[in-house]
Amino acid sequence: MTKQLLDSKEIDRTLTRISHEITERNKGAEGLCLVGIQRGGVHLAERIALKIKNTEGADIPVGSLDISFYRDDIRIRQPSVVSRTDMPFDVEGKKVVIVDDVFFTGRSIRAAMDAIMDMGRPALVQLAVLVDRGHRELPIRADYAGKNIPTSRGERVEVLLEEDGHDDSVVLVPEEQVNENRKKPAGEEK
Amino acid sequence: MASAGSRHLLGIKELSAEEIMFYLNSAGSFKDILKRDIKKVPALRGRTVVNLFLEPSTRTRTSFELAAKRLSTDVINFSAPSSSILKGESLLDTALTIEALGADIIIIRNSSSGTPHMLSRHLKAHLINAGDGTNEHPTQALLDAFTIKEKKGGFEGLKVSIVGDIIHSRVAKSNIYCLKKLGADIRLVGPATLLPEEFRELGVSTTSSMDEGLDGADVIMMLRLQLERQGKGFFPTTDEYFRQWGLSKKRLEAAKPDAIVMHPGPMNRGIEIASAVADGENSVILEQVTNGLAVRMAVMYHLDERKEQ
Repeated sequence: MTKQLLDSKEIDRTLTRISHEITERNKGAEGLCLVGIQRGGVHLAERIALKIKNTEGADIPVGSLDISFYRDDIRIRQPSVVSRTDMPFDVEGKKVVIVDDVFFTGRSIRAAMDAIMDMGRPALVQLAVLVDRGHRELPIRADYAGKNIPTSRGERVEVLLEEDGHDDSVVLVPEEQVNENRKKPAGEEK
Repeated sequence: MASAGSRHLLGIKELSAEEIMFYLNSAGSFKDILKRDIKKVPALRGRTVVNLFLEPSTRTRTSFELAAKRLSTDVINFSAPSSSILKGESLLDTALTIEALGADIIIIRNSSSGTPHMLSRHLKAHLINAGDGTNEHPTQALLDAFTIKEKKGGFEGLKVSIVGDIIHSRVAKSNIYCLKKLGADIRLVGPATLLPEEFRELGVSTTSSMDEGLDGADVIMMLRLQLERQGKGFFPTTDEYFRQWGLSKKRLEAAKPDAIVMHPGPMNRGIEIASAVADGENSVILEQVTNGLAVRMAVMYHLDERKEQ
């Protein structure tokens, strides 16, 4: 059976805290932009932008990044249509905060950084994640982490959001069930 | 949306509508790369692409070469005049040699229909047909379909007129297979001598009258008149050809006001198409060139995903 790690209230509180931390660390919203990694990170980036707008009164631009072209697992990836990257702003000189749902090996973040660097030279790049489940394979850490959740490698963490037609929750799927259903859902970092 | 699909792109005939849409849905992401300052992604870093062109071609070869480079592959061009084919080596031996050099993707153009299909039975590399005789030119059809999708949104019930030298045209053939599978309504227009009757079996209508053929069209696809065939009795003179089947401003009025005019290039201005139309506001001819890069990138990228069976 799956186990709930965070409910709707806890997700909201966590995102509120992350939003405050982002503006605190960066001394306001000046020059900030958020880049959500598709698919799991985009809705979270939009929610954080809304929270920052409510507290700071500033509109933070939000981009949506598909990292397919920058992945290092091309030999084992499943064929799928490449989604459109939508970056409605220039990253040059900006403070870019990458947003993702689950922080796992760090490989997606590496790919996202390479993708962003090909679009320009940001002033700085930071990382915000809702769940850090450990098992890093690269020297990358999160600047803003919602919840640290110890997991075993074979388990899966799913972030389910209203925007995709679920009730907001974060669940842990045990290894047996992952093997049963090998189809990879949205919301898991690999 | 996953698609199993073949390891090669031999022709549109072999593809399902779903597989065609798979490429079209991905191509936009590749087009975005071409608009950036850094027009290159590391997606296929370390792969080797060989252009094996045994028929003269500049634009298609250049398009494939650039598409391959935009994906960070290494590209080698192997063309007829400089190749060992002239020294008597068989095409299969040449292809096997290229594969032994480490080619992951081989792009083949040859004057004999079926060449890529023959090679696909012997090679492990991914093959892309860049034109085989009068058979097919699948990436041209995909880029045309992508252009139509961008401009018209979809294909169902769309009125497409394909005009000119149909009988000699692999572009026409691939486009007919492709647009038919996607649900478009196709009319072939041209002199009876260049309009093969058997194409009607593919579910298209034919006419020799331009006004009838262009009436209410959403898309007009002009084909290059293969001038090398002139004097073989297919049509009287090029002047006469333009009067009867050339696309002039006046003729274009028969189509819908927002019809798009396409041409695979190279164009014979003043023979199959008037300059005023080729450069006019309905023309999407140069966008087809840009879209060709995007679609060829998408094809190489997705073929690379497909494992050996």
